[in-house]
Amino acid sequence: MIIGLFNYWIVVILMMSGLYIVIAHGNLIKKLVGLTIFQTSVFIFYISIANIEGADAPILADSINQYSNPLPHVLILTAIVVGIATTALGLALVVRIKTAYGTIEEETIQQLDNQSSQSKQNNDAKEQA
Amino acid sequence: MKDLFAVVMLSGIYSLLSASFFVALDAVDVAFTEAAVGAGISTLLMLIVISMTGRSENTTRHKPLPALIVVSITGALLIFGTLDMPYFGITDAPIHQHVAPRYIEESMQEIGIPNIVTSVLASYRAFDTLGELVVIFTACTGVLALLSFNSKTNRNDKSLSVSMHKQHLVIRIVAKILIPFILLFALYVQFHGDFGPGGGFQAGVIFAAAIILYTMLFGLSAAQKALNPSLILLITALGVLLFTCVGLTSLLLGGNFLNYNVLADLPVIGQHLGILIIELGVGCTVAAVMILIFFNFANQREQLKQKHKQVKDSQELSP
Amino acid sequence: MIAHLTILQVVIPLSAAPICVILKRSKLVWLFAVLVSAITFLISLALLQQVLNTDVISYQLGGWQPPWGIEYKIDKLNALLLLIISSISTIVLLASQKSIEKEIPQDKHTLFYILYLLSLTGMLGIVATGDAFNVFVFLEISSLSAYALIALGKDRQALWASFQYLILGTIGATFILIGVGLMYQMTGTLNMLDLAQHLPEVAQTKTVYTAYAFIVAGLCLKLAMFPLHLWLPNAYAYAPSVVTAFFAATATKVAIYLLIRFTFSVFGFSFSFTTIPLQTLLMALGLAGIFIASISAIYQSNIKLLFAYSSIAQIGYMIVGFSLATAAGLTATLLHLFNHALMKSAIFLALGALMYKLGSVHIDNFKGLGRKMPFTMAAIVIGGLSLIGVPLTVGFISKWYLVKALLAQGWWPIAVLILLGSMLAVIYVWKIVEAAYFYPANAAPKQIEEAPALILIPTWLLVLANVYFGIDTSLTVEVSKAAAESLFGSTP
Repeated sequence: MIIGLFNYWIVVILMMSGLYIVIAHGNLIKKLVGLTIFQTSVFIFYISIANIEGADAPILADSINQYSNPLPHVLILTAIVVGIATTALGLALVVRIKTAYGTIEEETIQQLDNQSSQSKQNNDAKEQA
Repeated sequence: MKDLFAVVMLSGIYSLLSASFFVALDAVDVAFTEAAVGAGISTLLMLIVISMTGRSENTTRHKPLPALIVVSITGALLIFGTLDMPYFGITDAPIHQHVAPRYIEESMQEIGIPNIVTSVLASYRAFDTLGELVVIFTACTGVLALLSFNSKTNRNDKSLSVSMHKQHLVIRIVAKILIPFILLFALYVQFHGDFGPGGGFQAGVIFAAAIILYTMLFGLSAAQKALNPSLILLITALGVLLFTCVGLTSLLLGGNFLNYNVLADLPVIGQHLGILIIELGVGCTVAAVMILIFFNFANQREQLKQKHKQVKDSQELSP
Repeated sequence: MIAHLTILQVVIPLSAAPICVILKRSKLVWLFAVLVSAITFLISLALLQQVLNTDVISYQLGGWQPPWGIEYKIDKLNALLLLIISSISTIVLLASQKSIEKEIPQDKHTLFYILYLLSLTGMLGIVATGDAFNVFVFLEISSLSAYALIALGKDRQALWASFQYLILGTIGATFILIGVGLMYQMTGTLNMLDLAQHLPEVAQTKTVYTAYAFIVAGLCLKLAMFPLHLWLPNAYAYAPSVVTAFFAATATKVAIYLLIRFTFSVFGFSFSFTTIPLQTLLMALGLAGIFIASISAIYQSNIKLLFAYSSIAQIGYMIVGFSLATAAGLTATLLHLFNHALMKSAIFLALGALMYKLGSVHIDNFKGLGRKMPFTMAAIVIGGLSLIGVPLTVGFISKWYLVKALLAQGWWPIAVLILLGSMLAVIYVWKIVEAAYFYPANAAPKQIEEAPALILIPTWLLVLANVYFGIDTSLTVEVSKAAAESLFGSTP
């Protein structure tokens, strides 16, 4: 059992370290890096389940009689593209956040947001007075 | 780790390692893509962004405990889930029994190309590929909508970038020799995808990599002179349209959407033709999107630099 | 051509998006987008008609048979969803031209419409497809365009809201991807119907439990179910007004659709509700969502934020209906799905009109508006009444069916709690009415007039629909009932 499932356990550990980085870190770039690691580990999981011991890459040739499963490969090709698309959009957002807030740390941004909503309320209160 | 540069490089290495892992697991197409995208484009984009936003991290992790709880619950659930999984690498797992055998056994007759991954990608599950193409098209429009593209600033700082790029003479010459070969390789990957690993997506990324290399060494304005951004945007759109047009044509010829069999007299020739065209569409869009996204980030960076320079100048002038 | 309507529903907006790049001029693109959206609306009507007569439509993409190729499958449930999405999208698009003029810089207009069409494509694709992995792909199309659309909001908070949404949305999507992978590993197939046939063989394995848990968790993130709702309020509050109107009416609904689809059609009723303690958990979370979100709504002074919290509460009602695990409960959920789309799009479009005139939707700006913008305010009030569940509005119908379903199970304490939850809605709606009609106008001498007709007419179309479907319930109730019953009937 240990050998049969060992590969999956490693994948789970990788996934979870990615997820941990996403949740625990305040730096937006680190969050995106964590997201990439999380996604890449899921890709490894898919590719692992496609594997057959002793089989070859799914490109037909006469000398080969066993191929690994091509379907997960196709799915993961698609998923990789989705991943880079998300990363690119996320990075664009980071750039905009940097110019708008002057920082890319989650906590500071949250503080700035709270401040601005408070100051808005204060201004309103002043106007009313 | 506080240095984001190291973090990004390590994540690039992680990508590269997983790519080699994919090779070990016989997923050559996937490995190819992961190496080009995960280790290449994605790392590059992250580095550009770091150069804009600063490379050090201020805060340490701020909510480690809840994160740890969430992660351990999901992790435990996953481990729990693995207990009943078929073992790694065995032949009689359900996924090798049900849908996949048909792809392996019949695809040569039905589609007529040796690379099964390409057959599945471009014919059996072509609609997923169309969806994937639309995903990166979406990302491209999203990035365009977020980062304003201002070509005016480029012209002004041309002197700056030219002088800066002059320094690396050796690299420039080597690159000049290399770039045509990279482009040629991209074309090879594009059209050889039926037989070996490769296809529209990988070719698009490699093509884009060549252009990006050119841009890095010769400056953004030079690259934009050669490739007009609005033209590239048009190519992104045309690639997607090419794909849907193949689908619509097969629809008009009496088949279902994306049924290539009706494109020619013989089904296999129709499949060949269909796959060739849609791979071309994929290649065009992917290359154009990658180039455009890179241009946008690079442009944003130069704008930022210029702003800094202006601020510095005005500070020097004022006292 | 009729046979191909199923695929054209998705492919038309999909190809329209790149065509917009070629058209370039924003006014032209707007007209084109409205036209495309209207076409999808007509197609969805035709599909609904067809489904009511013939049961299920199946379409094989690429001509490949289902488990090998991708299949599109329309039954009563997704026909209803397609109708909701395409109709709301068309009406909101009509209003969008004026509204985004004020809220989005000129050079982004074309991109806005492209992203909007892509988002529409994504949602229609999710709903129409019968393939588990295809769901993921289209989910990402709709999510990525959603992140970008939200980030187009004019305050900087929009950027941060969008980033948070991006992180949580991607985690959700990756969870779904893991779930689909686990299902695939155990059955070897990705087609939903095929999965439904193969899953019972392996239903007792831990892997399938895990797969279901991951899919439900991922979807709950996407549908902003309490306590996974943190991304929603800010995203809705700071997005451009029309985007909020569109998403509030459709985006979370699509996730609820997926939850229903995976629970009933893929995993099967008996697996989802008997082997897993889903019922009590979802019921409790749904109720907690209703109360906590409604109470948070009462304390908001930004009206968009107020209604965003109210949206989370309304999702709670849908979850409660879903967790009943009876056909009557599911009917109530589907009814509320449709009705809530009508209410929220009407309210948020009216808020868009206010945004157009005032540039802010803070509660202080509402003072005296009842007289200055009578039509806009009336629209908000009727929408609000509908949220509370006053008779003669759609809100009443869905609550009525929900309470009836609860009583049929003998769960009257929960029925009472639902009614108490509605009382909370009275409080936050009253807050707005009070400001608008019972306070003198702000001292500011600025002339405020009624909003432009191009926003008002679509808003009122939705308001009238709120009243119409509150009186003539035959269509909505019939379709929801038929859809719910077919889901219960078809489970293996």
